Amino acid sequence: MTEPLVYEISVPGREGVALPKTDVPESELPTGLLRADLPLPELSEGDVVRHFVHLSQRNYAVDTGFYPLGSCTMKYNPKVDEDAARLPGFAFSHPLQDPSFSQGNLALMYELQEWLKEISGMAGVSLQPSAGAHGEFTGVMMMRAYHRSRGDNRRTKILIPDSAHGTNPASTTMAGLQVVELPSDGRGNLDLQALRAICDETVAGLMLTNPNTLGLFDENLEEIARCLHQCGALLYGDGANLNALLGILRPGDCGFDVLHFNLHKTFATPHGGGGPGSGPVGVAKSLIDFLPAPIVEITAPGDQEGPPVYGFATPSKSIGRVKAFHGNFGVLVRAYIYIRMQGARGLREVANHAVLNANYLRTRLRETYHVPYDRLCKHEFVVEGKWEQAPGIRALDISKRLMDFGFHPPTNYFPLIVPEALMIEPTETESKQTLDAFADALLKIAEEARTQPELLTGAPHTAPVSRLDEVRAAKELVLCCRPVSPGADDEAA
Amino acid sequence: MQFPSHLKYTKSDEWVGLEGKVATLGITDYAQSQLSDIVYVEVTAGVGASLTAGDPVASIESVKAASEVYLPVSGTIREINGALPSDPEGLNKDPYGAAWLVKFTPADPKALDQLMDAKAYEAFCAGREH
Amino acid sequence: MPYIPHTDREREAMLEAIGVKTVDELFADVPAQMRFPRLHLPEPLSEIEALNELRELSEANLETLHTTCFLGAGAYNHFIPSAVQHILLRGEFYTAYTPYQPEICQGTLQAIFEYQSLIAQLTGMEVANASHYDGATATAEAVILALNQVRHRKKIVLSPGLHPQYREVVRTYMQGVDVEIGGDEAPANLQELQERSRADSLASRVDEATALVIAPYPTFLGEVEDLAPLAESVHRKGALLAVVANPIALGLLKPPGEMGADVACGEGQPLGIPLSFGGPYLGFFATRQAFVHKMSGRLVGQTQDTEGRRGYVLTLSAREQHIKRARASSNICTNQGLMALAAAVYLSQMGKQGLRRVAELCYHRAHYAAERLSQVAGFSLASRGPFFHEFVLRCPRPVAEINRFLLDEWGILGGYDLGRDFPGLQGHMLVAVTELNTREDIDSLVTALSELPEKGGLK
Repeated sequence: MTEPLVYEISVPGREGVALPKTDVPESELPTGLLRADLPLPELSEGDVVRHFVHLSQRNYAVDTGFYPLGSCTMKYNPKVDEDAARLPGFAFSHPLQDPSFSQGNLALMYELQEWLKEISGMAGVSLQPSAGAHGEFTGVMMMRAYHRSRGDNRRTKILIPDSAHGTNPASTTMAGLQVVELPSDGRGNLDLQALRAICDETVAGLMLTNPNTLGLFDENLEEIARCLHQCGALLYGDGANLNALLGILRPGDCGFDVLHFNLHKTFATPHGGGGPGSGPVGVAKSLIDFLPAPIVEITAPGDQEGPPVYGFATPSKSIGRVKAFHGNFGVLVRAYIYIRMQGARGLREVANHAVLNANYLRTRLRETYHVPYDRLCKHEFVVEGKWEQAPGIRALDISKRLMDFGFHPPTNYFPLIVPEALMIEPTETESKQTLDAFADALLKIAEEARTQPELLTGAPHTAPVSRLDEVRAAKELVLCCRPVSPGADDEAA
Repeated sequence: MQFPSHLKYTKSDEWVGLEGKVATLGITDYAQSQLSDIVYVEVTAGVGASLTAGDPVASIESVKAASEVYLPVSGTIREINGALPSDPEGLNKDPYGAAWLVKFTPADPKALDQLMDAKAYEAFCAGREH
Repeated sequence: MPYIPHTDREREAMLEAIGVKTVDELFADVPAQMRFPRLHLPEPLSEIEALNELRELSEANLETLHTTCFLGAGAYNHFIPSAVQHILLRGEFYTAYTPYQPEICQGTLQAIFEYQSLIAQLTGMEVANASHYDGATATAEAVILALNQVRHRKKIVLSPGLHPQYREVVRTYMQGVDVEIGGDEAPANLQELQERSRADSLASRVDEATALVIAPYPTFLGEVEDLAPLAESVHRKGALLAVVANPIALGLLKPPGEMGADVACGEGQPLGIPLSFGGPYLGFFATRQAFVHKMSGRLVGQTQDTEGRRGYVLTLSAREQHIKRARASSNICTNQGLMALAAAVYLSQMGKQGLRRVAELCYHRAHYAAERLSQVAGFSLASRGPFFHEFVLRCPRPVAEINRFLLDEWGILGGYDLGRDFPGLQGHMLVAVTELNTREDIDSLVTALSELPEKGGLK
């Protein structure tokens, strides 16, 4: 059943909200500046609620089922985090109110900065960037600023592995630097020879995701760091896969100079259907001065009289502000309470079980699905979604068929270096039963691929809609609907 | 898959045809089949621009992929295909004919001899992993 | 171990299946000397204790539920209908991911399509995207669009009346790009700021090298002006106009699309999103259909499934970083999905009547406040021309002192100290009034300021 659009259930004259009467004398409105018509829908509150509840019922989410998207870390989102973020002292505080009246907020931000430093081994943290990509851009800009501050303007290249997420090269281009792609070797590591060959005084840095998007821990991590530092370049860590490293390894301890965190992955803040996220950046001592402003500092130390006083500060060589105000504070609250309830022990268990779950699932599948780099993985692994015996079947078909079994598919077609890739990340909050059910489904689908391929190519059969025509969407480009005016020609444009 | 024998080809899937002093550039049948349904094409080179071999001249987007088109040899742009922006699908339907991208005068016509002929390009495509 | 379901037995069975004895063995490839660091973090708390701690922290803040607020400057204290919060708490929405598998994400996709439609209608533009992080980054993306759309032009003209933090963000974003940004040189005083923010002044800064002019609507000072003549002027020189708009103001005032804007963007926080100490917010972005391929950010398009049923998908994905990679014009990946949902619910519930009402309430109360405050001895209204819901008050004492007095003695959160951003504007307060400020609130503010002591007498 299709759910109509809000414009289609609109009835002229309906009102959704009772607002107060104007209790002041009315002033003259600025004629010449007034809008003639406001084409918004007219619905009652009941209409609105029913409509959006219906929409929610056509959505799959972590709260409804297993969501094994590789490199997304779709772990369970604790409900207490939502309650914490909604406390009035957080939700209704204005970003520009005097810091002396926002000490609770500043204390929270300061502690979170400190905890992220401790977890990652970095010397400084800014909580301002709003998403992973935002953090990456910030990180690349800081690397650029670092080299330029030392009079080194020749360093225009950023090295990026071919398995990297698209935001890595895109962030580099935005920062005005040049992308140089490096291959992976036969074991899924960064090709060390290629790295050694290119490291020179024109390289600003390397962006490395570790574990990488194959779920593999680079076996040459220390050598990579050494090689880069020796030629004066910096090592950037894409922290998307930090879930595998909590309490296992601190990037700051193995030579990373810059790192971004994804609070909406590793630290359990919800994905929201595509945001909001939060992408704080961490830096080594040499780059602290370049962090985006503002960061939170202690301006007066605590003593027997009272707690420390917190305030905002601008690092001396800051690259500047990357968004208005301080960061996605509501998301920071959720990450704070998550870490507060995990502690060091809990975070270590997160990594332990994330990696345990991934390896268990890999073990259950590896006989039936080809795992191209079949060694112990970390929190995720990649399989190929194709078989010689099932020539018409691709990763896409397997994914759509999984929906009929009640599962969200894994990430498709990424990383680019594996054909028909299915990237699977179970996360630590999934039980053995769920993993077994998922593995069983995939094994059944593999069988169907050989015996009844049309079940896959025609999937999904039980979802609210069947496969959607993406070519039509791009060619006929309908990006919004227009309200139906009585007597007018135009309709859903 | 078509590989017209009178054209020259590049490893980045462009074709060049020379008539007198004027060369025409487009993308190959192999390229359009890899891109699949093309929805947007933008010629970024301007008429009169003098470009070097390897400079980008156009940007193509399909439903699932994106591709840049490069000038294989140095030359000056003479004409760009005005019909293309409103008909990006033309690149899928007639890549060697009506959906040419730019016409240019090569700085050195002999440089075109370095490009692959139809047979070499066909063999190159056959060897590619996909 | 909160949220981890495994029992000892299950762990053993899994380890056996994998073929290792202990979990530690799974990390054999991690360099031994750096492996398993001891993290010095506070001892974990139970849910009860953790929530108590957060509650204490939250109570160490001022908040607008219990404090009358006249502070705006880019983040506004507006009414959020309860229904908005309830929809946002539905796990099917907030624990979902980006809708890359459209068949089982029609909820998110349709909600975003509706959001795009509502924003397009509100701004009077042809298309809108699924959102940017906030108004400031949306403005930076407008610059990126212009530089890609109007090639070979490198000048950007920023109105000095654009939010100071937005201008900072534009500059941060453009650090690595060969571009010339100007127009917002520091004004000596208020009059100069107001004059140089006017449409005719901005128009005089445009030449054949200009790619984009960015004009706020209202300005940071709250003033509004018809930007249609500016659009004409800008277009005649072959450049583009981006209007950074307040979405509540658009409930009353002529939208950017009607005035000839090429891009309409801004901060969507007033549309059902709490203040939340500055984030998460919502950057809305709308433009002409002709520029859609140069617009960054996610886009939801309408289509059909194999049975001919209407459905929605992410579309024109080839513009984005996961396909274009190094050739992408912007790196944006995540949007602000849940905040866009909030705005969609808010605009649907407020609707044609409600949003207009809210805008009128803001307008009339702000003008009432301005009128009454200008009559308090020592204070005067410094705004020029029409304003929406914010105005400039010239004060007899430093704004910081006045605000301290208002808070300590009256429990009122006063307006923004413009001297913080403009050295020439010491003693000028930017006062914001919304539908949440009652007549009583305003009258209290007036009374409070009229009881402001002469120099001294303040803590």
